[in-house]
Amino acid sequence: MSKANKKLKVLAVSSGGGHWIQLLRLRPAFADCSCTFVSVQSDYRHAVAPDRFFSVPEANRETKFTLLIAALQILVIILTVRPDAIISTGAAHGYIAIRLGKLIGAKTMFIDSIANAEKLSMSGELAVNHADVMLTQWPELADQNFIQYRGSVL
Amino acid sequence: MILVTVGTQLPFDRLIKAVDQWAALNLQHEVYGQLGENKYIPQHISGSSFLEASAFDAKVAEADLIIAHAGMGSIITAIETMKPIVVMPRLAKHGEHRNDHQMATVNKLAKLSNVHIAENETALPYVIEGALKQQGLVANSDSENRVALLSSVKSFLGSSAENQPITNQRLRA
Repeated sequence: MSKANKKLKVLAVSSGGGHWIQLLRLRPAFADCSCTFVSVQSDYRHAVAPDRFFSVPEANRETKFTLLIAALQILVIILTVRPDAIISTGAAHGYIAIRLGKLIGAKTMFIDSIANAEKLSMSGELAVNHADVMLTQWPELADQNFIQYRGSVL
Repeated sequence: MILVTVGTQLPFDRLIKAVDQWAALNLQHEVYGQLGENKYIPQHISGSSFLEASAFDAKVAEADLIIAHAGMGSIITAIETMKPIVVMPRLAKHGEHRNDHQMATVNKLAKLSNVHIAENETALPYVIEGALKQQGLVANSDSENRVALLSSVKSFLGSSAENQPITNQRLRA
């Protein structure tokens, strides 16, 4: 872990559209950290400047090859940035980042999209087995032990 | 100007067609669209299949009303910019999404003051008319829920001493 006077390195990762907008809603929580963002449109960089931003290809579970390319790029970013913590608001890109983040010992948090009001998303279900902290944004989706409700982006 | 958007991922011709038909009867309103990879070609909506994020934000700023698929990105954007929004959920039975989570989400969001829900294309014109009449939006971008989530994220990151840290059996100290 970083020394007391050194800023925590955070990697904030999401897919595009609503996932990205939810990630931006978390930005005030990263104020004391050195934060690097990863998402799928290079144009998104303006929303987080001057923080560092990397774009990777848009992909989902139906575009497996592109997803693999994105995963390799996320791996390179993780090995370069060496984050202390990884936070994601989904979907596939976030799950991948959390899996790969474990390889370098980063602590990881997956926040399931607020769009999933009745059950966890597919990427959320997958992330349950790997994230250190798993949050849902709907109280009724929390369980008694691992999946927690701690508020929402709205 | 009215902005209609299907989001960035999937086409939603049912929405574009319904808005186009409404626009044909309401020519006093300029309608601009982020149309997606649509097959249906609207006659009364100008726009493009996809807008870069910054161009999209500029259109949002200009808009008096947003009409959108029931995606969280669109709904949060409307809340942050204090714009009224009409949302119509994508339905799996029309091949518009993998499942019907948009319907579930909008039902739970119905309480937000600026979100107007049109269940389908039949209801849409009436809901648009109602939304255009709405005055005095309440922005809730700093709701208790959000403050709680931000403090949980901060405490996870260990950058806030005043909050009780999230403890978890899997989180190594």
